[in-house]
Amino acid sequence: MELTAILFYLFSILTVGAAAVMVFSRNIVHSAFALMFALVGVASLYVLLYADFLAATQLLVYVGGILILILFGVMLTTQGHNLNFKSVSVNLIPASILSVTAAGLLIFAFTTTAWAFIEPVERSETVYELGMLLMGDYILPFIIVGVLLLIAIIGAILMSTRLATTSDTTSSDLTE
Amino acid sequence: MEFSMVQWLAEPGLTHFLIVSAILFSLGLMAVLSKRNVIMVLMGVELILNSANINFIAFSRYTELSLDGHMIGLFVIIIAAAEAAVALAIVLNIYNRFNTINLDEINLLKG
Repeated sequence: MELTAILFYLFSILTVGAAAVMVFSRNIVHSAFALMFALVGVASLYVLLYADFLAATQLLVYVGGILILILFGVMLTTQGHNLNFKSVSVNLIPASILSVTAAGLLIFAFTTTAWAFIEPVERSETVYELGMLLMGDYILPFIIVGVLLLIAIIGAILMSTRLATTSDTTSSDLTE
Repeated sequence: MEFSMVQWLAEPGLTHFLIVSAILFSLGLMAVLSKRNVIMVLMGVELILNSANINFIAFSRYTELSLDGHMIGLFVIIIAAAEAAVALAIVLNIYNRFNTINLDEINLLKG
């Protein structure tokens, strides 16, 4: 058994185990930290697939950005003074039936399809080629996604700051 | 038969990565369906996006998709960042207005 196989099984067990802890944990802060381990495991799977730039982006954007945002969301929306961070589960039986069925169907489809394999290209790095593609074929989606990100961030800032100035009027409207 | 199964397990290829992504997808679906906390649902959505991304990157290594798959994965990560920012701003607004983030209690539009 070569090193790649051992690393693959190690990281996939880390990813799937952390994701399972995230889903089945009753404490939402534990869920957020398990999500961090799952995202790091996905980044190391990217490294195994020779996608070094995407692995770095995954670490920076997901672990460094989105996860911090989610933790802020958890902290800012805790109810009352009892800091127990509970997350209730409902519909446990239908949800598990549906997701197990989805997993079974997907695995069946993945294992029985004859994929058009090619011999894997050994790349030492992808950053140069990705940069050429981004400034060449993908220049229009790149610009559009940049504008979209700007609009989304401005919208998020507007939505979060407006509630500080008008929260008095809205709360009095709701209580009457 | 026994030997070929062991050999299949010893050489991780495209199918192995696809199976990992399928398990991640079903776990994310489970979180979205069974949790009633909005933040937990958002985390489930992030898991589903990650499983789709693993598929793209695996196909880009083992089939003719090549570096185009990396580009799609990059755009998925960017869109996920924008989605998380807007969704958390909406969740904070909901919390300030209704004082809860339980999905079953936010039912103002229910007829």
